[in-house]
Order: sequence, then C-alpha cells, then structure tokens
Amino acid sequence: MTVLDPVWTALLYLVAAVFFILALRGLSSPRTARRGNLIGALGALIGVITVFLSVRLDNIPWILGSIAVGTVVAAPVARGVKMTQMPQLVAIFNGVGGGAAALVALLELGHTPDPWVRLAIVFTLLVGAVSFAGSGVTFAKLQELMTTRPVVFPGLPVVMAAVLLASVAAAVAVVFTGSVALAVLLLVLGLAAGVLLVLPVGGADVPIVISLLNAFTGLAVAASGVVLGNVLLVVAGTLVGASGTILTRAMAAAMGRSVAGILFGAFRGGSTAGSTAVSERPVRSSSPEDVAVLLGYAQRVIIVPGYGLAVAQGQHTAAELAAALEARGIDVAFAIHPVAGRMPGHMNVLLAEANVPYESLKEMGEINPEFKTADVALVVGANDVVNPAAKTSSGSPIYGMPILEVAEARQVVFLKRSMRPGFAGIENELLYQPQTSLLFGDAKDSLAQVLGAVKAL
Amino acid sequence: MDGMSLLTITVLAVFVGFEVVSKVSSTLHTPLMSGANAIHGIILVGAIIVAGQAADPWVLAVALLAVVLATANLVGGFVVTDRMLHMFHGRKDVARSASAKAESK
Repeated sequence: MTVLDPVWTALLYLVAAVFFILALRGLSSPRTARRGNLIGALGALIGVITVFLSVRLDNIPWILGSIAVGTVVAAPVARGVKMTQMPQLVAIFNGVGGGAAALVALLELGHTPDPWVRLAIVFTLLVGAVSFAGSGVTFAKLQELMTTRPVVFPGLPVVMAAVLLASVAAAVAVVFTGSVALAVLLLVLGLAAGVLLVLPVGGADVPIVISLLNAFTGLAVAASGVVLGNVLLVVAGTLVGASGTILTRAMAAAMGRSVAGILFGAFRGGSTAGSTAVSERPVRSSSPEDVAVLLGYAQRVIIVPGYGLAVAQGQHTAAELAAALEARGIDVAFAIHPVAGRMPGHMNVLLAEANVPYESLKEMGEINPEFKTADVALVVGANDVVNPAAKTSSGSPIYGMPILEVAEARQVVFLKRSMRPGFAGIENELLYQPQTSLLFGDAKDSLAQVLGAVKAL
Repeated sequence: MDGMSLLTITVLAVFVGFEVVSKVSSTLHTPLMSGANAIHGIILVGAIIVAGQAADPWVLAVALLAVVLATANLVGGFVVTDRMLHMFHGRKDVARSASAKAESK
C-alpha cells in the first residue's frame, strides 16, 4: 500500500523521531520516566505504521506473522522475567536488535552498486554482528552459564588483532566487489570479534559493556538507515548511539572505571583474575539472636543491600526488618551503591518493588559520611561494593571503584551465603576485621530469622 | 535523500543524543539504557522494507528472521522498561503515603 505521499511519510517519520527524543528526555528524570517510555513506544508504533502505508510491500501476511511471532516471544518474557534477571534480558534484546540490523544490511547488498552505500553496509554488518555476539557472551556471563571472571588466554591480543585486520580486509573487499560471500565472511568475523571483545571483561564490568553494545547497535541502526535512505532509522540510531556513549561513560565513572580500561585491561594484564579459592582464615560467625540484639539496641542502623539480597528475593523481608527496627525508634537507612545489584540503579528498582520508602534510600555520596555515626552496618548479600581493597590494593580488579565506607561503622554484620568471593572474584579483608561478624545462610532466611528475633526482643 | 542532508541530520542527532542524557542520576541509568535499547528496535522498519521487497524465498526467510528479531527488541524493550519504571512509580506513592503517615503522627 502506498497511501502516503513522500511528504506525509517524511512528516510522520519526523513526528516519530521527535517522540524518540522526548522519550530519552523523559527517561532522564524520575518523574517523567514512565511517560517517556510510553512516548517512545508510541513513536515506534507511528514509525511502523508509516512504513506499511508508504512503501510498496510484498509478502505482507508473512511480515505481519513474523511481527506476531516476535511479539508473542518477547512480550511474555519481558513481563515475566524476575527483576534480578533483567540485565540479561536487556542484553538479549540489544543483541537481537544488532543481529536484525546486520541481516538487513546483508540483504541490501545486492541492491546497490554505490560504494558509499556499501561502506554503510559493511559498517552495519560488522558493528551489528559485534553487538549480537558480544551481547550473547554478556548474557552467558550474567546468567552464570560461564565464568563471570575475565577469560584470557595467551595470544588473545594477537587473535583479536588478526580478526580485526581480516575484518577490515573483508570490508574493503565487499565495498569494491559487492560480493555477498565476502559479506557473510565479514559477518562471521564480526561475530568472532564480538566474542573476543567481551570474554576478557570481568563480571562486575559487564553492565557497562551492555551499555556500550547498546550504543553500538544504535550506530548499526543509524548506518542501516543510510543504506535504506530512511531518516527515522538514521535519527533513532544516532540518538541511541550518542546517548548510549554518554551513558556508558557515566556508568563507568560511577564505578570509578574507564571504558578503555574495562575493554583492554585484561589485554594489558591490569585486570587481574581474582582467586576463587575459599579462604580458611578464621571469621567471627554469629547467630540470628546475636544480630537481633545488636540491631535492636542500636540507635542508628544502615542496611547495605547487594545482589545476594535480590537473588534470594529478600527485599520484602529487608523492608519488614527496617520497619520493625523503626518501630523500636531506631533510625534506619538503606545505603545504595550506584552499581548495587548487577546494573546501575538496579537495587533502587528492586527495593522500590518491595515498597521501601524513597526517603530511606540514600545514595553513596549522601550516606558515606554517616557510617561514622552508625552503630551497625548490616551488609546483606553485598561484597564487592564494600570491599576496602578498592581503596587500598592497587593490584585489585576493583581498585578505584568508589565503595560504601562500611568499615567506619562501630559494628559490621555480613549476611552471606558462604565465604565465596563476590562477583569480581576477590577476597574481602573486611570479613576478617575484629568489628565484623558474619551470619551465614540464604539472605532471605537469615533476614527472616533476624526479624523474628528482633520482634521477640 | 542526498548524502549532505543525511550527514547534517546525523550530526544534529549526535548533539541531541549527548544533550538529553547529560544529567541523569545513576538511579535511572538502568531504565534509560533499557529505554534506549528499545528505541533502536525501530530497525524493524528496515527489516519490514527488506522483507517487503524480497523476491527470492531465501532472502525472504532471512528478512523475516530480521523482522522477528527486531520485533523482539522493540516490543520486549519497551515492555521491560515499563515494568522497571512501574516500580519507581509505586515507590513514589508509598513515599507519599509514608510521609503523610509521618505528618499525621
């Protein structure tokens, strides 16, 4: 159907593009974020309807069927996924977007003799494939299908360099010959480059890489817009590429890392693989009743939630414990590290889900000076974000990451599943300090026991 | 569209992209990433165009695969972002009722 003339088509694409800008703007502020997302969805809907009404399309039943399949697969997963597994899901959605862009570029290759357009095609192919494969590896890391520690093997930089050189050579050849076979080879090289790019990244840095690959997919989509001469794709892709780059840098800054350091740290040997060995050093373990007494007779308690809390689905119990302590007149705050959980802001989402009041959530800069006056810091399922090695040990993979100054509190209680190190795979000296006691067990069970004991005081 | 216009649009879009997210609190990093991720699902438009022009069954098959993947990116991306933000919304209501309770004490 071509009901719309080019002017109307351009106008509607412009409206959709403006909606995308408003969406990103809205998403940058807590009050307008949800509306911003809906505006973005509306923009996408306008864009998709416009393409149906403006381009002569064959195979429409097939296309509609495929859209239905994509929706039926993705929507229930997105609705049903546990909030703790959300980072993986975002990685997957990002990867398939990059894959789609690469396929579109591949199929357009037969349609154009113009070397400039072919240049955009090889860019889309390569970057889309890197994003697809890289996102797959981040998914495997976050889902713990593979080790979360950096994977490095001797000769990795050489292999990476060879793949990149071969990619450039294949890309140049495709631009000049338009060979589809070479384009497929380029696609495969891009996939290999994506895997090699993400393998050496340590688990704690994976969210930043997801954000980076998100920006990559944006750029691939923008380039595919150049290939198809479609302004909406150019604008939307460029917006995501640019904002994704800024966001990646902001995330890296929140963790005290540089993007280059994350990507190439393992190549230089800077990001040391931590030890998985469980230490035999003695620690002071505690009982739920002891912890309850510590908490119940404190004046000021700061709870530090981490990924372990989220995995155990203990956020509701933590909220109840905070309420029980407040009922005893104790001042309770939650200290939220910017990257608590698995992604920046992840913990805020999880605690919001458990109805923890907004005022109780303190960001790192705000809460750090208050640890000095806290009687008890209760660390629930967090490890790396309170590890003093980030400040003291320059060889540590987390060195330079800002941490919550839990060690300043008079007493520190860790609720931990085991002595296994955190996501970054390194030991935490704080566990062996005299003011620290540990309560082993599933975070939710431990919290429930402590809660019961507090109520019995 | 000629190359120069596309270049102009691209450069302007880069600046807009930088500008709109320059001051975002770390609390919103995750939803913002997820929302931006949904927006690039608009590659669906490209996938539809390619599928609609496919004459060869193999080309059509690959194009339809691209349509499925792009739809998953687009629909899934917006849905999961909405779910995340729904919780922020809920939290605001709770915060309001909690402060109202505190005032009534």
